[in-house]
Amino acid sequence: MEILLNAEQINDVIGQIVEQIRSDIPADTDVAIIGIRSRGEILAQRLQSTLEDYFSGGILNGTLDITLYRDDVNEPKEVQPTVRSTEIDFDITDKLVLLVDDVLHTGRSIRAAMDALIDLGRPRLMRLAVLVDRGHHEYPISADYVGLKTDVDESKLVSVHFIETDEKDRVIIKS
Amino acid sequence: MSKSKKIQWTRKHLIGISDLSREEIEFILDTAQGFEKFSTRSIKKVPTLRGKVVVNMFFEDSTRTRNSFTLAASRLSADVIEFTKKSSSVSKGETLIDTAQNLEAMGIDIVVIRHNAGGAPKLLSRSINACVVNAGDGFHEHPTQALLDVYTIRQERGSLDGLKIGIVGDIAHSRVARSDIYAMTKLGAEVTLIGPPTLMPASVKDLPVNVSYSLDDVIEDLDVINMLRIQFERMGGNPFPSVREYSHYFGLTADRIKRAKSDIIVMHPGPINRGLEIESEVADGPNSVILKQVANGLAVRMAVLFLVNQAAVSEGRRN
Repeated sequence: MEILLNAEQINDVIGQIVEQIRSDIPADTDVAIIGIRSRGEILAQRLQSTLEDYFSGGILNGTLDITLYRDDVNEPKEVQPTVRSTEIDFDITDKLVLLVDDVLHTGRSIRAAMDALIDLGRPRLMRLAVLVDRGHHEYPISADYVGLKTDVDESKLVSVHFIETDEKDRVIIKS
Repeated sequence: MSKSKKIQWTRKHLIGISDLSREEIEFILDTAQGFEKFSTRSIKKVPTLRGKVVVNMFFEDSTRTRNSFTLAASRLSADVIEFTKKSSSVSKGETLIDTAQNLEAMGIDIVVIRHNAGGAPKLLSRSINACVVNAGDGFHEHPTQALLDVYTIRQERGSLDGLKIGIVGDIAHSRVARSDIYAMTKLGAEVTLIGPPTLMPASVKDLPVNVSYSLDDVIEDLDVINMLRIQFERMGGNPFPSVREYSHYFGLTADRIKRAKSDIIVMHPGPINRGLEIESEVADGPNSVILKQVANGLAVRMAVLFLVNQAAVSEGRRN
């Protein structure tokens, strides 16, 4: 196991994501931050608390469960997916939706998330923020705001831990 | 609400609640929560079972359950075939196996079956590779009704642990009562069956329940009351002297509910005989969750179809 980011470094890269968002999205934008379960949800909450003062109209927030939209839902796999609820209690139509996930790898989760969101409404713009872009994308998807961009060997797994669910903040590489 | 426990779901058939552990029941309920808000979405479908075929095989009349399964399958993007019994002249066993083999030849994935013979879904599950979901078999079980009942109670109270639940009426002819008893007691509730002795099943002493022959004796203690329909179509003789007398002793009237706890949950699996087992004022009153039960039935059935298919997918991996 190798540590890619420690708690302090996670704070720093979240700060960088926030900076990228502030320089790219005008403050008067009608914005909704939507985190993909489960680590994306926590990252979304942290981004929201930092960006709350910046957006003049406030920020709506929601959580997206993509299980029912996964492209491998009918493929046999090691661990069965667990369906949980999507909590988006507002209309996303005509808003800027900032989609948030912890790690960008194949791009398949983001594809599923986009399909799931489009079934809920028609956003004006959709943007993607991730804590780590580890490379080896399989679909033509890239992130707009990235905390750490790095190339991790395809055989390895990048795992984000947050204090809310995993005792401490850190990003590790497992073989 | 309880924190979702992750288990590996391995059942590709749902035959009865008696087969399930508490953890399995809770897992279905937790999964159903993910399907709860679909009716308010702009697009009410998800692509999860796209390309799968669900057959609704109903050998008995049904409005609610049948439509609920059809809608649940449609919302998961499955194709649905409606299969109805035309005549009942052929013997049950042969009909089922024959039908099953014909269905298999069409490449179906899930069979939802309602049959007047208890055990028919079990027999079917042994004869075909597709998933089998019991939508009510004889006097045996009606598992998805029990699941939506406990889902609704959990939604109202958070948990069934320690709740006192009364099931009133025609217990003997009720597969709903049987499935409810298993589901509710496995989730920690205390169940009392209430009705005239003629409507109690012969096997009542083998069930983990209390029995009362007087609704007035127990109504003040109940947290939940589930009023069953009198199933005249299943009765041979006369189980009680008159409908009026039954109503007098066991009907849930506006007067009677005043003696119950103010927050008692009033349930009914439908269809309602208004004025017989329940007065309109109560069925439509503030304590009634009857329409919530119907709405929750959809979420629970989506969860069940999703899970049995997941088990079939995993089985493919093991082979």
